[in-house]
Amino acid sequence: MPNLLEIKNLRIEATSYPPGEPPCEVVLVDDVSVSVEKGRVLGLIGESGAGKSTIGLSAMAFGRGGVRLTGGQILLGGRDIRGASATALRSLRGREVTYVAQSAAAAFNPAKRLMEQVIETSLHHGVMSRPEAEARAVELFRKLGLPNPETFGTRYPHQVSGGQLQRAMTAMALCPKPDLVIFDEPTTALDVTTQIDVLVAIKAAIRDTGVAALYITHDLAVVAQVADDILVLRGGKKVEYGTTDQIINTPQQPYTQALVSVRSIDHVEKSDAPAVLSVANVTARYKGTSFDVLKNVTVDLPPGQTLAVVGESGSGKSTLARVITGLLPAANGRITFAGRQLSPDLASRSKDDLRELQMIYQMADTAMNPRQTVGTIIGRPLEFYFGLKGEAKRKRIQDLLEQIEMGAGFIDRYPAELSGGQKQRVCIARALAAKPKLIICDEVTSALDPLVADGILKLLLDLQAREGVAYLFITHDLATVRAIADRIAVMYRGQVVRYGSKTDVLTPPFDDYTDLLLSSVPEMKLGWLEDVLKTRKMESAGN
Amino acid sequence: MRRIPLSAIIGMILTGAFILSALLADFIAPYGMAEVVGDVWEPISADHWFGTDTIGRDMLTRMIYGGQTTILVAAAATMISFGTGSVFGFLAATMGGWIDQAMSRFVDLLMAIPSLILALVILSVMPATLTTLILVMGFLDATRVFRLSRAVAVDITVMDYVEAARLRGEGWRWIIFREILPNALSPLVAELGLRFIFAVLFISTLSFLGLGVQPPLADWGGIVKENSAGLVYGKSAALIPAFAIAALAISVNLVADWVLSRTTSLKGGRGA
Repeated sequence: MPNLLEIKNLRIEATSYPPGEPPCEVVLVDDVSVSVEKGRVLGLIGESGAGKSTIGLSAMAFGRGGVRLTGGQILLGGRDIRGASATALRSLRGREVTYVAQSAAAAFNPAKRLMEQVIETSLHHGVMSRPEAEARAVELFRKLGLPNPETFGTRYPHQVSGGQLQRAMTAMALCPKPDLVIFDEPTTALDVTTQIDVLVAIKAAIRDTGVAALYITHDLAVVAQVADDILVLRGGKKVEYGTTDQIINTPQQPYTQALVSVRSIDHVEKSDAPAVLSVANVTARYKGTSFDVLKNVTVDLPPGQTLAVVGESGSGKSTLARVITGLLPAANGRITFAGRQLSPDLASRSKDDLRELQMIYQMADTAMNPRQTVGTIIGRPLEFYFGLKGEAKRKRIQDLLEQIEMGAGFIDRYPAELSGGQKQRVCIARALAAKPKLIICDEVTSALDPLVADGILKLLLDLQAREGVAYLFITHDLATVRAIADRIAVMYRGQVVRYGSKTDVLTPPFDDYTDLLLSSVPEMKLGWLEDVLKTRKMESAGN
Repeated sequence: MRRIPLSAIIGMILTGAFILSALLADFIAPYGMAEVVGDVWEPISADHWFGTDTIGRDMLTRMIYGGQTTILVAAAATMISFGTGSVFGFLAATMGGWIDQAMSRFVDLLMAIPSLILALVILSVMPATLTTLILVMGFLDATRVFRLSRAVAVDITVMDYVEAARLRGEGWRWIIFREILPNALSPLVAELGLRFIFAVLFISTLSFLGLGVQPPLADWGGIVKENSAGLVYGKSAALIPAFAIAALAISVNLVADWVLSRTTSLKGGRGA
């Protein structure tokens, strides 16, 4: 059977404008060749900047602003579409090749009903008449497991959940009966428990309609569930290309092996001790509302240990952090920290309370002032809390930079000149500078590539062993929890549904929600998706 | 340093020339400011490069001194509007709540009245000095700067680094001047150029209407007014200051445009 899509020696370039320097040409994708047969799924995998989305979009001869397809061939059904005329490309995009974006919420027009948008390209290209297109959309809604498929299309994007919207976009992509669909991280923005439903729906829809697909993701465990072949990319170059079975079970390249191997962190659970932070019966609600976003939350955290707070988005885990820091004063309940009772709101806390309780954010990019140097960012807490100045301050900043495994040379750099992992390290140093007893880590590794995230977790554990600082670790990633937690609190709809030492929480019998959450985490083995569906007890909230 | 576009270079040369001639007025002006040196509305000649005005004063001299007044008043008014507008705008954004409400609604109230009418009313009851003029223009323009800086600062106050500063226990001074201001500077600098142009146009309008700079002092708007009667007889003296106003406005705008495109996220991210 001839290949539907054949990319040969693809080369993609762009012009980069580094601040303060002359513009230069950068090669985004270099000499990549892949092919997809009809009815098969090719997974493109790599960390950010690997060129996976760029290659994905090139399958419809599209380059994002400033990106040029400069070499090689892109054969779609035998025709080379690289450099094809705008008219030819217009009739091809949205009809023969369609695209499913990562953020469905941003991709839908909030002012139009879903049906209107789902059938738009089919009508535009004259593939079918309106009644036919609507009938096909309803059929796709049913196939994708959306509720009330007949009336689903009359809703507006804000009236459906994130997981449903992502499936609606899949319906949009499949509606004009394309030959090839590009899925660009379709489940990355979703909660694990929702991700699994969307994955199942996408997989079934691909199988039933017989289209070919490119599936772009950074999560090897996810792609292992849907792809037939996998291309591993790094820095715009091919690392390894083979069937899913080969890549997962017998990876050849060291990089692929590192991706496939399970987290290499050894962490011995510490035994219970008197708490440094104790949250007792805390209830919280937003100003002017009567809905409790936190209900009767009670957790304890011994010094030098890690309490992992897990749950899906909206479960109240970040709210708990805001209540502890005083940004959102608790309506009821008591928070005791280092033997003192903390006042609910930030303004009336003592400088020591503020100093001993530090926070690290998910997005290191927005957590640092882009106009301050690393030296200023780390130096400010030293100056503010300890009155350090001049040489003493500089010396201490250098010590802290050593501690986070970065050299003293970084002291005069701006955040824009750091990599994602380095930025997060600087944020850790800023928290450490205050000599805290507790650091709240809010999804600190979620925005990082897996190997970089591993490095950050190891650093955090090292620092804990050396400095004896306790972590309240908020995350939705259970692999991270397994790697670093001593105690775990599982949150669901503002309540702690399960709480205890790591071993207790992760040992059956589970309550229904914990079971759903634990079983939804993709595992790096073939056929995992099918196994889970057979055994799980509870439907996820998205349905 | 990226290449500076031609339009910005032209803008900078012209703006620079205007500012230089204003600074060096006493040295380069060929005659005295109020000195009558020739006939009424003499044409252009070697003695009088721009001719003479409605009572026979040298137009070039009048233009140089007029430029001095115009630029001085506009620059001072712009400084006042930025000094007050941005600080209050940042305060409103960081404090929030009723402080923000009170300030914002007061500004809305001021902006609801056409600023030219409001300025005319205020100036007609106040002593006609240069200081009053500058203060009135500055405070009326501050409402616009307030709105812009509040909008920019609201975007910045929700960033995690501002929250981090609050959690650290920083006071409002640090938050406004160290966290917000450096990040709000680019749009504000670009706006500075535009507000300066509006101030030039505003002072010219006021003087043309007779409520701006008072004789014997003159600014460009006033010179247009003095010579406007000549247009009927085919005397072009009134066109010279009008052209100067347009040239200054355009050249500052060319520079402001370039600053804006270099520093805002409109074209590939804020320059570091």
